Amino acid sequence: MAQINVKVNGRAVSKQVEDRTLLVEFLRETLGLTGTHVGCDTGQCGACVVHLDGRAVKSCTMIAAQASGSEITTIEGLAKGDELHPMQAAFHRHHALQCGFCTPGMIMTAVDLLRRIPHPDEATIRANLDGNLCRCTGYHNIVKAIAAVAESGAGV
Amino acid sequence: MAHDGIGARLPRKEDRRFITGAGNYTDDIVVRNAAHAEFVRSPHAHARILRIDVSAALRAPGVIGVLTGAELADDKVGGLICGWMIHSKDGSPMRAAPYAPLARDVVRYVGNPVAIVVAETKNEARDAAELVEVEYEELASVVDPAAAQAPGAPQIHAEAPGNTIYQWALGDKGAVDRAFAGAAHRVEVDLINNRLVPNAIEPRAATAIYDRAEGRFTLYTTSQNPHVTRLVLSAFVGLAPEHKLRVVAPDVGGGFWSKIFIYPEETVCLWAARRLGVPVKWAADRRESFLADAHGRDHVTHAEMAFDASHKIVGLRVKTIANLGAYMSTFSSSVPTYLYATLLSGQYDIPAIYAEVDAVYTNTTPVDAYRGAGRPEATYVVERLMDIAARRLRIDAAEIRRKNFIRSFPHQTPVIMNYDTGDYEASLNAALSAARYAEFPARRAEARSRGKLRGIGLSCYIEACGLAPSQAVGSLGGGVGLWESAEVRVNPVGTIEVLTGSHSHGQGHETTFAQLVAERFGVPTDQVSIIHGDTDKVQFGMGTYGSRSAAVGMSAVNKALERVEAKARRIAAHLMEAAESDVELKGGEFVVAGTDKKIAFANVALAAYTAHNLPPGTEPGLKEGAFYDPVNFTFPAGTYVCEVEVDPKTGAVEIVQFTAADDFGTIVNPMIVEGQVHGGLAQGIGQALLEGCRYDRDSGQLVTATFMDYAMPRARDLVSFNVSTTATPCKTNPLGIKGCGEAGAIGSPAAVINAIANAIGVERIEMPATAQRVWETCRAAQAAVAAQ
Repeated sequence: MAQINVKVNGRAVSKQVEDRTLLVEFLRETLGLTGTHVGCDTGQCGACVVHLDGRAVKSCTMIAAQASGSEITTIEGLAKGDELHPMQAAFHRHHALQCGFCTPGMIMTAVDLLRRIPHPDEATIRANLDGNLCRCTGYHNIVKAIAAVAESGAGV
Repeated sequence: MAHDGIGARLPRKEDRRFITGAGNYTDDIVVRNAAHAEFVRSPHAHARILRIDVSAALRAPGVIGVLTGAELADDKVGGLICGWMIHSKDGSPMRAAPYAPLARDVVRYVGNPVAIVVAETKNEARDAAELVEVEYEELASVVDPAAAQAPGAPQIHAEAPGNTIYQWALGDKGAVDRAFAGAAHRVEVDLINNRLVPNAIEPRAATAIYDRAEGRFTLYTTSQNPHVTRLVLSAFVGLAPEHKLRVVAPDVGGGFWSKIFIYPEETVCLWAARRLGVPVKWAADRRESFLADAHGRDHVTHAEMAFDASHKIVGLRVKTIANLGAYMSTFSSSVPTYLYATLLSGQYDIPAIYAEVDAVYTNTTPVDAYRGAGRPEATYVVERLMDIAARRLRIDAAEIRRKNFIRSFPHQTPVIMNYDTGDYEASLNAALSAARYAEFPARRAEARSRGKLRGIGLSCYIEACGLAPSQAVGSLGGGVGLWESAEVRVNPVGTIEVLTGSHSHGQGHETTFAQLVAERFGVPTDQVSIIHGDTDKVQFGMGTYGSRSAAVGMSAVNKALERVEAKARRIAAHLMEAAESDVELKGGEFVVAGTDKKIAFANVALAAYTAHNLPPGTEPGLKEGAFYDPVNFTFPAGTYVCEVEVDPKTGAVEIVQFTAADDFGTIVNPMIVEGQVHGGLAQGIGQALLEGCRYDRDSGQLVTATFMDYAMPRARDLVSFNVSTTATPCKTNPLGIKGCGEAGAIGSPAAVINAIANAIGVERIEMPATAQRVWETCRAAQAAVAAQ
């Protein structure tokens, strides 16, 4: 068994889990944070993206024990109470989601994208979404939502 | 109050839970003491099962039970069904072989479930599944539909000699033969409509619960049509009578038809929950999704079109072999027949059409409907032929289409369909203008100066949505009615709950259905709840697929709203002491025409429930239900224009512009409709450029079983789309809605391939037009030019 000490969405958590537990399994099954999703098993789809010490990571390609000592933000921790993060608000306003399954990972990736590159052009946005699959939107409105947040300067 | 009725670009009500991580998908649902299931699957494409030894697995830590096809047979659990009877042209019924949820004697595709292992944790189930020993005797396999009927091909089911399920035909062969004999020009093409994997990002999942006290099952499942699931599991598989089986499809992460079908895994979980006495939870991983979700398309087609001297089409002849995989999935038989050949007239006035379709078994995952379902295949045939004809006859690609458009409605095609309305020239003109078609030669010349080959391609598609009426569907072999139900419950405070048999898994029904209510009753959409996806709440419904929810589902809601309004008007008239005929509903209030008398809709609702002062003979309450059975299909249509640049040195294809002009009739929420088009286009462009499901010809192994091997369209593969609409409201439903969910996937593959062919200057290139294929085609084209 592995001892995991992490801060998740601002709350300190200490748990013992089976050594092979993936970070995404720890979040979903041990902590009940089911907003982080699993859409594949090869690190391709990005539905599981969370922030680890402020950077986007795929929580399906990381053992939970590797995250011990880190601060993790999941989609559940992005809004400030009832106030949506600007990226969440933009996804809503621009209809950047349909079934909603890829959305948490997509939003976490998008927030990280603007942290790294505050003013990307369309090609840069598209290139930086390479690790996230969406089967519903054709990415059109996702790109639009991210560009709108970048333009407003409210992204970070 | 902001306008949030029909036509408003209203942001979605359902978004908040999805963008905050509060969605409730099947795998998110926690059930106390739930055990976890893992399936043992065939590693072979075709093999005889000699022996299954589960003893080591049963001894593994945490294992609760291991069940095989033998136990399934002991418990008399029935097989899965194909719900659409097709008769061959000789009159014989299709040769459907038994489809056991767990294979007992023979496995017929890689991934065919053989056993279920149920354990306390997911990891324990996985570990124990490795310990199930299955001894196989491998048999020869066939995966290619064109090879399945060959003499000596491996025989997959005894019930289907030559692996042939049916040999079906539609149309007048004699008329077509005569048309070809007298034609001035003939063109022909051989096409492969590539096999696709639907790949909703949420994998399929199920949690099955058996309540011993009540003898009642609950199945949480990733379904597009929970009522049909319940019906099939009750009436055919025989697991539980309908009143003892609750099926809940909560938030569902995309479907694209793949979550319609009644599959082995969910069925086995339900049975195992009763047999083992524990709730059973299963969630597919992506590899399982590739192996076990029904695939789409997979047609091999030869088609010929005949023209008179003035370039008018006089005849169309099509021969298709359709691969249905190793077993017949729920609606598989209807896809290459009534959803395909009936659309071969396209947007064109074609006097004679004849289509023959052979459906075959192969040692591959079952094939069923996938977004568009038969209609993309039909559009691809017709629109590739039109392009090849334009090239051979040396006329403009737009002009040959314009010349052949149907211009008067209703129009009876030679292949069953009766188009109620449309204006194909309007959408063609809108698309050409938005795509700046006339200025294309200058763009091509500019691209050439950069060493790029620029091409433009058109596709004028038509689709048939809202399959109906039920009687006609029944007469063609369909096993279900294709109506929809609705119930409208007005609460005493005036808030409204709408129960619908449609199911939303991305389409935004919680918003658009509420807009319909807002339009009629003037109540804000946040006072309206849309309830769907639970057989305990909604009495019956047919679910969501085939772009039917707006055209059929909302028509049912509309009918129930009419009934609610009629009763509310009667009560309002009574309360205001006015004649019913003088009372109008305006902006959420009933008003007496020509007076200042009025009463708010909410107050009428309250009066209905207090029942202190109702018109004589009026029952208390305000709740009405309706079933709506359409009188005809709806016929969305449009024109897509794709512009590409090909790099002849690398074969890389860049889509530089994609323009869509669609006619969906009445549009409830343009923002949502545009989103549906965007998503459909991505899937169609994916089919044309990237996606191809491949089996190894010798071993029958699925070689594209992960997202590393199967190329899904990513953001950088696509562009921002240029979409617009024209409108001829549907004449056969009360709202004028035609449906919009599949158009993008139906119309776009031909536009992309026509553009690439135009860029390179060739007639043929197969899908997916990968860089390698395009590079080879460019090289061959250059060599051909050099040889001249």
